[in-house]
Amino acid sequence: MYPSRFRYEAPSTVAEAVAMLAAADGEAKILAGGQSLIPMMKLRFAAPAMIVDINGIGGLDYHRSDPDGTYRIGALCRHADLEKSAALADAQPTIAAAAPVVADPLVRTRGTLVGSVCHADPQGDWASVMVSLEGAVVAQGPNGRRTIQVTDLIDGPFQTVLAPDEIAVEAVIPAPRGARAGGYLKLERRVGDFATVGVAVSVEMSGGSVARAGIGLTGVGPATINASEAAAALAGTALDADAVDAAAQLAAEAAQPRSDHRGSADYKRHVVATFVRRIGAQIQRSEHEAA
Amino acid sequence: MALDEIKIGGLGASRRRVEDNRFIRGKGNYIDDIALPGMLHMEILRSPLAHARIRSIDVSAAWAIPGVRMVLTGDMLAARNLAWMPTLSYDTQAVLATDKVRFQGQEVACVVADDPYIAKDGCEAIVVDYEPLPPIVNPIQATAPGAPLIRDDKTGQDSNVVFDWEVGDREGTDRAFAEADVVSTIEMHYPRSHPSPIEACGSIADFNRATSKLTVYMTTQAPHIIRAAVALVAELPEHMIRIVSPDLGGGFGNKVPVYPGYVVSILASILLECPVKWIEDKSGNLISTGFGRDIYLKGEMALRNDGRILGVRMHTDSDHGAFFSDAQPSKFKIGLMHSAFSCYDIGAAYLTAQGVYTNKAPGGVAYRCSFRVTEAMFFQERMVQAAATDLGMDQAEFRRVNLVRDDDFPHRTPWGLLTDSGQYGKCLDLGLEAIGYEDFLRQKEEARQRGRLLGIGISTMTEPLGAGNSREYDILGIKMFDSAELKVHMTGKALLRTGAKTQGQGHETTWAQIVAHELGIPAEDVLVEEGDTDTAPFGMGTYASRSTPVAGAAVSMVSRKIRAKARKIAAYLLEVSEEDIDWELGRFSVRGAPDRGVTIQECAIAAYSNMPDGMEPGLENNAYYDPPNLTWPFACYIATVEVDPETGVWDVLRVVAVDDCGVRINPMIVEGQIMGGLTEAYAMANMQFITFDEDGNCIGSNYMDYLLPTAWETPGFELHEVVTPCPHHPIGAKGIGECATVGGPAAFVNAVIDAIGDTGVRNIDMPLLPDRVYEALTGGHDVSGAPPVTTE
Ligand SMILES: Cc1cc2nc3c(=O)[nH]c(=O)nc-3n(C[C@H](O)[C@H](O)[C@H](O)COP(=O)(O)OP(=O)(O)OC[C@H]3O[C@@H](n4cnc5c(N)ncnc54)[C@H](O)[C@@H]3O)c2cc1C
Repeated sequence: MYPSRFRYEAPSTVAEAVAMLAAADGEAKILAGGQSLIPMMKLRFAAPAMIVDINGIGGLDYHRSDPDGTYRIGALCRHADLEKSAALADAQPTIAAAAPVVADPLVRTRGTLVGSVCHADPQGDWASVMVSLEGAVVAQGPNGRRTIQVTDLIDGPFQTVLAPDEIAVEAVIPAPRGARAGGYLKLERRVGDFATVGVAVSVEMSGGSVARAGIGLTGVGPATINASEAAAALAGTALDADAVDAAAQLAAEAAQPRSDHRGSADYKRHVVATFVRRIGAQIQRSEHEAA
Repeated sequence: MALDEIKIGGLGASRRRVEDNRFIRGKGNYIDDIALPGMLHMEILRSPLAHARIRSIDVSAAWAIPGVRMVLTGDMLAARNLAWMPTLSYDTQAVLATDKVRFQGQEVACVVADDPYIAKDGCEAIVVDYEPLPPIVNPIQATAPGAPLIRDDKTGQDSNVVFDWEVGDREGTDRAFAEADVVSTIEMHYPRSHPSPIEACGSIADFNRATSKLTVYMTTQAPHIIRAAVALVAELPEHMIRIVSPDLGGGFGNKVPVYPGYVVSILASILLECPVKWIEDKSGNLISTGFGRDIYLKGEMALRNDGRILGVRMHTDSDHGAFFSDAQPSKFKIGLMHSAFSCYDIGAAYLTAQGVYTNKAPGGVAYRCSFRVTEAMFFQERMVQAAATDLGMDQAEFRRVNLVRDDDFPHRTPWGLLTDSGQYGKCLDLGLEAIGYEDFLRQKEEARQRGRLLGIGISTMTEPLGAGNSREYDILGIKMFDSAELKVHMTGKALLRTGAKTQGQGHETTWAQIVAHELGIPAEDVLVEEGDTDTAPFGMGTYASRSTPVAGAAVSMVSRKIRAKARKIAAYLLEVSEEDIDWELGRFSVRGAPDRGVTIQECAIAAYSNMPDGMEPGLENNAYYDPPNLTWPFACYIATVEVDPETGVWDVLRVVAVDDCGVRINPMIVEGQIMGGLTEAYAMANMQFITFDEDGNCIGSNYMDYLLPTAWETPGFELHEVVTPCPHHPIGAKGIGECATVGGPAAFVNAVIDAIGDTGVRNIDMPLLPDRVYEALTGGHDVSGAPPVTTE
């Protein structure tokens, strides 16, 4: 497990990092938590000529809410920061549900949510969570910043629309239009296993009905799947069993799984539907308890 | 005052493992910790294809990289008659491919360079032109008419069949089936798995031209056999070969065979006249080295309505990959597959076995078991469950009816093995009581009314350990005894060396306890060393749970020889005749005058300073131990599970283990072995397997696909013990290293099958992945896991 030769840089500001990337002519890679990039380099699936390690850049390790409810997660906020945050359970229940099932405890202390989204692994858990929340990333390049919806960011397996000289500095989740509820369920064979199937459901409840819903699917397609029709089936409903059932069916149809050693395509579709139902029931239960 | 044996760390003391002192401080000395001056580094280029003819290999670009010292290919080896090496099964295995590659991951070339990065760069620069051939990944494909011939290198080999064997009483078994009230049949596949020690394999070969001595540090469970093999294959004089097996990060059978990396590193060191280090990476280990299992069963049982087993018929098809490198299983009576049903009093039995070549990594090794008895015991216990179900009989009762009774020993199994001791019924009863069997059956029924699926699985078995006795067991003609050498120093401290080789089993702790038990020298005063062929006595190494049964027995015997000499010294010191000397732990005294005595330590000093006239000075000896029989531990494992009917996911509720491994030397270490074994059993049942797709790609060559359970999902284990001493072992021990891996898997699988019993499903192949369980549950049919796996 010996990577190819590479140059290592450790800038201390985002601007400096962007300049290094720009100078590297597409031959550089950003190193965040390194939990995906370093294994790829050791297997020589990736052989970047230069590594731009952003871990020395200050002020990127936050996750916080703006006064209006917009939620921001900095590029160096680790999975473990999200897992251990007590405030998150109320503010971002889907993220709180996903954090403990991403990878294993060792990986979670290093890996970053932003890095995971940028890595665009179809089996990555965070992209589905972000899709369900209508999340975006803020990318900074030589010409300033732009905001890209996660659904637009990912344009294939391990592919994003980020330019080689752009850094995703944070992930942004828009302010909710009601009370947030949601969940993330993942079928894994053991801790640290990538998802055979992962389902993120996020809803915003207002006056007893769903003001907004989002459903993201992990591991059941060539990229993270935005099950928008399934989510639409929840909007405006009271999240009753029929509505959830309809959404579950539509989510299963939105999935594009392959049969492989983790399971048949039919099975994976069935699990997608089951998980949508289970998260729906979970949300209903906690709404009842709250009421 | 007699010594307190537990206080001095003797038999029965749960003494902390002395080796852990260095391991937990990061001060172990593993192969990759060793650095020799001027050492170069070697990497292996592996085949990306499962089956292909090699048209050409262009190594020029690799040679051109600064820092590359040597590039080795099959042709270079062929010029030295080293392109092929013999296997333990009298087959041949390619060291580096010359004509064809026969499995994905096969060794094609090696690059030696100043550092491992450059060596890897060198491998990437080699251009191999392959002509793809159709790959074969299972026995059906291997024996299909017109199947491509994998071993076209072997003259006279005109099919992919490696062997056809039979054992047992064919006519007697036929008669049993004719008389049967019920015949129960089942088919299944024990999937390919991998021992996957956390430390992969590696070697540092150091040939010194000036002294002509070859020193090889290598990850081997059997250093002396390696020395013999190197002497024979490389035609080097045996006294000029030193094999050192340093601290090993696990073995589990994976470090028994000789691998191409070892051989090429030795050749490279001889050619370059400097040390050459090869450290295998994880993928290299998983994709190319000795796998375990990969056997298909067709099993039939002839049953009487009252539950008695009248006869058993088994046929196995085993997939040995491209080269047959098992440890000579024909000699070991069909790899001890015929040890199946040894714990049951069955009428007649007949077994046929066919082995085939496929385009998969060669093997298989006995992964944490004796000569692959794991498969035998798994098949046995799965057949037993199916039989009980077919008879409509309770699982526990069916076993009770058929288990060999305590007063039936010694018991001759239908295949001719001799079991000698045990309390099988007692173990079963203890297990049932511990799990609350009747209660659980009630709970299960109640749960079922509410749509929940609970299940209970039992596995009872005795397995043959401790190969061997020299009449029946040998490796390449070398008899399977073992050895110990004990040197008691002047101050009563001692150095013990054995022919075994610890890989995590705790020999450094346990062997000292046997010496303490035999001589009364405190265990902490005994240093244990193994693994260096220049210092350790000749032995067959550690695998097949043979260390305690064989080397451990040798430790007892050498200690007794020392005691016999010390007794003479004591008689001299006490001025009485030897017959008038009594022995209590650690001390000789005058019979009838117990106050007059000398300690073993006092005898030690005297052996060097004040020995009787005519006695050879010193207090040292050795012992070679040839066991009269195998040892036969017994185990009863019971697991309860709950299956999620919506997803097929199953969770373990409880696991109860009752082990009778005879006398326990260090109960803590014994329990550790059982827990480790149960963890592997759970892994096998749940997640751990290597499969292949239609193209022969190995799925499971990294830890993303090849899953080992972590502490997170591993269930808790409730351990119980019964002690039936082994009648022929000097301290009554039977061996425990592998019982739980061998007997454990069936308990989990039986539990899941029990939980979905209403569907009529008889078998789901391991691992019981959620989708397989779900398919069985919803489709109501058996689910096969045989390769190839279909990928869309
Ligand atoms: C054993 C193991 C198990 C795992 N299991 C899971 C799992 O179950 N689920 C899961 O979702 N993930 C899993 N992962 C992956 C893990 O979550 C990674 O942390 C994550 O995918 C990438 O985050 P990172 O910060 O480590 O990114 P890195 O590895 O540093 O980078 C990944 C890629 O994203 C790019 N990148 C990183 N940060 C930025 C940025 N700010 N701007 C632009 N590009 C950037 C890098 O250049 C690189 O191409 C696992 C990893 C391991 C090693």
